[in-house]
Amino acid sequence: MKLLVCIKQVPDMESKFKIDADGVWYDRGDLAWRMNEYDEYAVEQAVQVKEATGADLTVLCIGPEQVKETMKKALAMGCDRGAHIADDKSHLRDPFQIASLIAAFAQDKDFDLIFTGMQSQDRGSGQVGVMTAELLGLPAVTTIVGFALEGNTITVKRELEGGVKATVEATLPALVTCQLGLNTPRYPTLPNIMKAKKKELLTVAAADLSTADSLLKTVKLTFPEKKGGGVFLEGDVGEVADRLIRILKEKTSVLA
Amino acid sequence: MKMLLVAEYRQKKLLENFTELVAFAGQYGSECAMFLVGDGAELPKFAGRLYLADVATFGEYNPDAHKRLLLDVVAKEQPEMIVFSHSSYGWDLAPRLAASLKAAQVSEVVAVDDGRLVVPACNAKLRRTVAGTGALTIATLQAGAFSLTDAAAGSPEVVSVKADGQGRVVLRGYEAAEHGGVDLTKSEVIVSAGRGVGKPENISLVAGLAKALGGEYGASRPVVDAQWVEHNRQVGTTGLTVSPKLYVACGISGAVQHLAGMKKSEFVVAINTDRDAPIGDVADVFAVADLKQLLPVLTEKLQAL
Repeated sequence: MKLLVCIKQVPDMESKFKIDADGVWYDRGDLAWRMNEYDEYAVEQAVQVKEATGADLTVLCIGPEQVKETMKKALAMGCDRGAHIADDKSHLRDPFQIASLIAAFAQDKDFDLIFTGMQSQDRGSGQVGVMTAELLGLPAVTTIVGFALEGNTITVKRELEGGVKATVEATLPALVTCQLGLNTPRYPTLPNIMKAKKKELLTVAAADLSTADSLLKTVKLTFPEKKGGGVFLEGDVGEVADRLIRILKEKTSVLA
Repeated sequence: MKMLLVAEYRQKKLLENFTELVAFAGQYGSECAMFLVGDGAELPKFAGRLYLADVATFGEYNPDAHKRLLLDVVAKEQPEMIVFSHSSYGWDLAPRLAASLKAAQVSEVVAVDDGRLVVPACNAKLRRTVAGTGALTIATLQAGAFSLTDAAAGSPEVVSVKADGQGRVVLRGYEAAEHGGVDLTKSEVIVSAGRGVGKPENISLVAGLAKALGGEYGASRPVVDAQWVEHNRQVGTTGLTVSPKLYVACGISGAVQHLAGMKKSEFVVAINTDRDAPIGDVADVFAVADLKQLLPVLTEKLQAL
């Protein structure tokens, strides 16, 4: 069995973002980078399937040279090899272009199962996984919070609104997009981090895979307007607490 | 602009979120048709053409068949925009259609700016204004971003549609939400813990403040996923929607999924070290402080009142 997990490198969301000179994306300098949180669950699930079945697991990531750091984490978590699709402009590509790159890479490799996160933390479109499946002609299930594989069938739980879940089945080959809470992503151990350094990490140029045109353009990136009216309290915690209590007495009935 | 709105039907009910699609279309003064895989006995209140496929044949979740049905309707209607809710149904089906039609998809629209669609980025810290490059755009709308001022009205002109009903993904059933124990929706004061609490031991600080305020404690999704707090206390899209008199968000950044569950609270206090955290958009008071230092002091002062 052959498995593929697709990951993205994103900035830490606690970062202080600045808008880049073109005004269409955030400034990529001075940021701490990490694996997209949803993708950590995808990697963990893929590694669990690999451990249970002896399958072969490739991790794929699109982006500039620096994404290799994030790929190393996936390799240390248990992926067998990395496929880096080198693309310095990946942050400007729309979801259809990204899906086209993944599909072009996967086209002739007969993956039985493809895992992705349900969305990225920075762009948040939630489209890439499903579009990849469409381009490859595979069935896809989104937003899974439960996963079981038996023979050639996957039984997954989809998370719906209000805490309701749907149980859904599909036959391999298939693609699933992973939601937070699907499992508990492991921390790579030191021996596994050392081993990961020796694993194969091949690089393919994006332009050699796909040159699909963009369907969507970003006109501008802005900071949301603050709604206003909110009061900021700062400084000594004792004073902050006193002022907060005064405000609660004035503005609410909960301390009455 | 000619639009096709995609309504939803789940667990034998028409979902009310179709009214948000109608409200969105109203912003453009658009000519609209609607599509629904549902039951003719319960039709959306909508004055226009409704393409209706029978849920008994096509299922509540059968993406292959629903996509096929929609592709036929799109060929007939030739819309310039197809609009879904950004829901478990919409975000699942919309990209399938977009890939088939090679159309731009715009996910989780929160506003319209001069006819252009605006979506959040980076956990709502940024906003992108986007434009499709082709003749057709597919949009999914963030829950609650658009609402009708008047109640939905009208009765649709129903056009029954059919297609091949085969699907490779099969819905086996539903699992109800976990309930029991505390019911946060009845609480007047809720103090919620977010990722910023740092470690499970600090939940007691949040619970302590809740008690001092005569309320209950809740949590955001990451805290529930980490099993520091039970699921029946989770506030947000995939948990509870609450509207207490006072909501205190401790170490919660304010992801849209969380805001959707608490933004109707009467008074919101945010406690966070990151003064740019999007929770600030809904907070009446924002205490820029480390909750581990502020909560014990605040709780003690409240107990002394």
